Parts: sequence; C-alpha cells; structure tokens
Amino acid sequence: MSAARSSRPHALAPSSHPFLRDFDPPFLHGLAPASQERTFAADEYLLRDGGEADGFYLLLHGKVALEIATPERPRLTIQTLGPGEVLGWSWLLPSHRWHLDARAVKETRAIVLEAAALRHAIDAHPRDGVRFLTALLPIIGQRLANTRIQLLDIHRG
Amino acid sequence: MAIPSRDDVSIVPRPFVVRDRVVETGDTVSLDLVPVGGGPVPEFAPGQFNMLSPFGAGEVAISISGSDEERGSWTHTVRSAGKVTDRLTRLPPGATLGVRGPYGVGWPLASARDHDLLIVAGGLGLPPLRPAIRRILAHRTEYGRVEIVYGARTPSDLVFSSEIQRWRLRDDLRFQTTVDAAGRDWYGDVGLVTARIPDARFDPARTQVWACGPEIMMKAVAQAAIARGVPPAAIYLSMERNMKCAVGWCGHCQFGPEFVCRDGPVLPYPALAPWLAVREV
Repeated sequence: MSAARSSRPHALAPSSHPFLRDFDPPFLHGLAPASQERTFAADEYLLRDGGEADGFYLLLHGKVALEIATPERPRLTIQTLGPGEVLGWSWLLPSHRWHLDARAVKETRAIVLEAAALRHAIDAHPRDGVRFLTALLPIIGQRLANTRIQLLDIHRG
Repeated sequence: MAIPSRDDVSIVPRPFVVRDRVVETGDTVSLDLVPVGGGPVPEFAPGQFNMLSPFGAGEVAISISGSDEERGSWTHTVRSAGKVTDRLTRLPPGATLGVRGPYGVGWPLASARDHDLLIVAGGLGLPPLRPAIRRILAHRTEYGRVEIVYGARTPSDLVFSSEIQRWRLRDDLRFQTTVDAAGRDWYGDVGLVTARIPDARFDPARTQVWACGPEIMMKAVAQAAIARGVPPAAIYLSMERNMKCAVGWCGHCQFGPEFVCRDGPVLPYPALAPWLAVREV
C-alpha cells in the first residue's frame, strides 16, 4: 500500500461511504481492523501501475486522477474520481497488480480496506461476499461502458 | 410548422456580413453576422438554426449560438469539419455570406418554467444551448435548480471559456466541465458527461433534461436521467442530420417519422427513442 500523508483506523459503518450503505454492520465490523482512513497530499500517488493491488479505496474527499503513462507520450488522465466513488478492483484478480496510476489531484481522503482481509471476508462470508461483488459489478460495468464511448472519440469533428 | 410554398421568401438567403470573428479553439470560430445594409435580425427561439452559405462552397445548417438584438446580429459557432464549414471558419471580418432562417423548433423554455433543469452539452453541443442558458439566467427566478454539464474531447476543445468562467462563479447554477482525456495541467474532471448525472442536484419529478451533442452521448444521458427517475417525456434532445432544404421539403434529414429541420432539431425523447436504436436511420 502506498505511503499516505496521514492514516488512522476507521470504524466502518454503512454510513461511512455510499458503497457500504447496504452492508450488514457485522460484516463491516469484521473488516474494521483492516480499514484505515488515509489522507493523500496533492500529487501523491495512491497506487502505481504494476504495484501490488493491496487495497480497496472508498473516496471521501478530494479528487483522484487515473493516469496512463507510456514512454512515447506525456502522462494522460483518462478519468477522475471524487467523493462517494470507489477506486481499484485489481486486488480481486489473481495477479493482484494495479494496471494504472492513481494520483491525488488535490488533497484526498479515503477509507482504504486491506485487500487480503477483504478477500478473506468475501470467502468466509459468501452471502456478504456476493453482496459486495454485486455492488461492485455495476460500477465496473458502467466504467467499461463509459470507456467504450470514450474510445469512439465522439467529440472529434 | 407549416411547410412553406416554393415561392416563399423565407427560403431565399439574405446577404449578411461577418462583423466579428472569435477563435474559440484550434478548429472552431464564432462568427458575428449582421445583415448587409443593417437593420434588425429576425427574432429566434433558442435551439433554432440558420442555413449559412459561404458563396461558392455550398450551404450548411448551423445553430444560432447567440444574438445581440441591440446591434442586430446573430452569432454562429462553427467547427471546420468539411468543405463548407472549413470555408466558413476562414471567413474574415467584412466577408459576405448568405443566411436564411431561423428554422426549426427550439428548446421548450416555456414548459420548463418552475422546473429544475439538467442541461448536458457535448463538444459543439454547447453553442445551440447557449442562447437558452442566457434566457434562463436572464429570467432566473422563473426556473428551479439549474445543473449544466459540459463535456469536450480535451481542455483545449472547450468553447466560450470566458463566459463559462462567469457562469461558474454564479451561485444560482452549477456548471460542471469534464473532458475525455487531459494532461497533468488540467485540474477539472475527466470522464463522460453521464458520470456527473448521478450526483446532479434536481427533483426528478419536476425536472426537464436538455441534451445536445453526439447522438451516442445523448442516448446515454437520457438513460442516466431515466435511471434517476426523470420521466422520458421531460427529456429533450437536439438532433443533427444532413439538412438541405431546412423546411421539410426534401427529406434529407428525416429521422423516422420526424423531419429534423421542421419538427426539430429539438425533439422529445419518446419521439426519438424507438429510432435511436435503429441502424442506418
């Protein structure tokens, strides 16, 4: 997990973040020891392409730019995320590696759930695990749909 | 709208002169047009368009992006995207061109009174909306909350930058800008306009949604608005088709049963939805 300017334990509750709204408090209490509220300074990276995907980010405040860096062109921001949105699902996939960079555009605060604990909780509590994945899947689907439209370059004349 | 007879003078271009030319982006300019010999320009409804003909190049439908009634001028914002529009964007102040119009059905300003408004523009979809936004702001108390989302390809493709800056500073509307991609010098949002709709502030039951931009974007906007609970009949899209006669004679712009030039370009979503899913319409 990347270094953050500050971090402190976070007592998870359904009211902590819109993504958590429909989860049972006992499931969230079980994850509480693996959750931290972290603050990232402007221009600090929350995660880096190729790094270990070791956390799930629930954004509370600020703005995060998802960036792609290639050797032949300047770093490109392809999406920004803000309060109420979530960041990162590569921790669900076997390689457990990030596939892009995420940079705080301005000071950003997030709840970060440890990926290993989250995977364990999903395995140990299948009903909650299905609920978790059912909550995450529409977000992934919407971002995929948006990316498809962006690929069309619809605003080019 | 009645179909004009073939000797109707409303289809005869009038000579106009370029009074001013403002470079908006690398390929887009705003042309301030006044009638040759002066005099007033006809009243127009925000969302209507004119047919512009740079002599010798052809004719093209361009929405009216502004007007100055005191000085008797219309503004048209044009992106160079083909032979006719390329010629238009190169017209210098003092050049003469043909103008006929205004044509079509504009934004439903009257029925939007007392409603919240979600206005979504993509790329050059903002110019046809600007006169409507100006009218709303001139009569601000007649409308509820106003949310405007404007998307463009990159930060350098954003038009009307100084006016947008003034709109952003107002506390009686929320203006959000997003681009498809940006470098590190952009501190705004990146992503599709539809990503801004879930947290837009409006009462779905008392909201009208107006969208103008690429068709696939407008379709996504309509779906996102419906997902928020906005009735389909309260959603209006401004369609773009290859218009020729502009008065419902030729059928070039036919979209299902609608003639975009005569029945639109602003049309209610329920009239469009069945045809938006049909290929080659």
